[in-house]
Amino acid sequence: MIRAQVEGQPYIDWGWIADHMDDVWTRLIEHSYLTFLAVAIGMLISFPLAIFAHRHRRSYGPIAAVTGLLYTIPSLALFAFLVPYTRLSVLTAEIGLVSYTLLILIRGVVSGLSGVPSDAREAALGMGYSRSELLWRVELPLSTPVIIAGIRIATVTTIGLVTVTALIGKGGLGFFILMGIDRNFPTASLLGSILSLGLAVLVDFLLVRVERLVTPWAHRERRATI
Amino acid sequence: MDLFGAVWTWLTAAENWSGSAGIPVRLWEHIQMSAQATILGALIAFPAGVYIGHKRRFEFVAVTVGNFGRALPSFGILGLTYTFTLNWPGNIGFWPTFIALFLLAIPPILANTYVGVKGVDADTVEAARGMGMREGEVLTRLELPLATPLIVSGLRLAAVQVVATATLGAVAGWGGLGRFIVDGFSVGDDPQIVGGALLVALLAVATEVGFGLLERVVTPKTRSQRSAGGRRVLPGPAIGSEAGSAS
Repeated sequence: MIRAQVEGQPYIDWGWIADHMDDVWTRLIEHSYLTFLAVAIGMLISFPLAIFAHRHRRSYGPIAAVTGLLYTIPSLALFAFLVPYTRLSVLTAEIGLVSYTLLILIRGVVSGLSGVPSDAREAALGMGYSRSELLWRVELPLSTPVIIAGIRIATVTTIGLVTVTALIGKGGLGFFILMGIDRNFPTASLLGSILSLGLAVLVDFLLVRVERLVTPWAHRERRATI
Repeated sequence: MDLFGAVWTWLTAAENWSGSAGIPVRLWEHIQMSAQATILGALIAFPAGVYIGHKRRFEFVAVTVGNFGRALPSFGILGLTYTFTLNWPGNIGFWPTFIALFLLAIPPILANTYVGVKGVDADTVEAARGMGMREGEVLTRLELPLATPLIVSGLRLAAVQVVATATLGAVAGWGGLGRFIVDGFSVGDDPQIVGGALLVALLAVATEVGFGLLERVVTPKTRSQRSAGGRRVLPGPAIGSEAGSAS
């Protein structure tokens, strides 16, 4: 049973945490799943839009304006708009979370692509690469570090936002934060916050490793010339 | 389903515009809380950012705070501070909301001030020193004016995030516009939920637009920006990002 905070009781109830390890695990998985789904769907939407914006410069302004507007709307308000239609569901949470990734992901891909040196582009065209070969074999590999930097920011932001979905019955680790407030039980809030922060730091670190693995040329140490 | 009609009715009902729980009172609470938290955050973050950027000392602090600011869930801070502040004077929920918002305001202002001051061209600073400017003059007559657009941009990011997150204060029992959404959730009142959400969204967008205009005013136009045809460099996903919120 969950005990209420009473005078003199320690702020961190280790026993309670030990008793609820199953819950912690379930919520951690849910949190990771909600985050992964949001960033993955966000990337599926952002990628073609960003390629389009890269090829048709004039479309970037309107695309950035619309995704910027979505990004500005407070998360609780965005969920609130959706609740009458999609109720307290994963769909409601994901529509909100995905909308927030778009601005960051599109900007990551577009700025990655526009950072490709024109020499590389011209060399590829000189070698007879088609437009799509140029994109897939030259531009995208060269912009991968910047694209992954965008994915890192989107992922870390989403992990924080998932906690808010506790208010619409989801929330992953946010469930514990809300429980802490509802029952005046700081152990739960602390647990939810620390684990959410830890998850963000861990995933960010893993993405840095991934980036190093897939773009070894961007990190090759310059050997000293003898 | 005529949700829009019902929302309109809710938004225009006279009883929602009066009394201590009416829209004007909640709006004012929201603005007041956001302004207080942003101003106090700026009072700490701005001098710190100027110091770190000018002296180039403790730079890891600005970078670390900037990164953690993104990863630390503000909803979590609200939950953490809730219990600790229960016995503090003032209305219920005031302190946890205020502390969460205050902490939220610091990273963007600190990061942008630091980057802005540090980013002033080293040759320009050298030239100023060569002309006999004292340290204080280099800061106030050169570095700060040149950093102003980025600093205002940091202020905008902070203000928009704070206004957006103040909505969550209602979960901890505080007022503000989030009250309509949270209360609407608990009784299943869709028109009130959507009406409240509309008000919060409008306030956040108004904050973004207002600070955006201020930013435009303080940003000097350079020749490259004025000349047509010049390809504008797209900002990368670095610290001073374009839009605020998602909180």
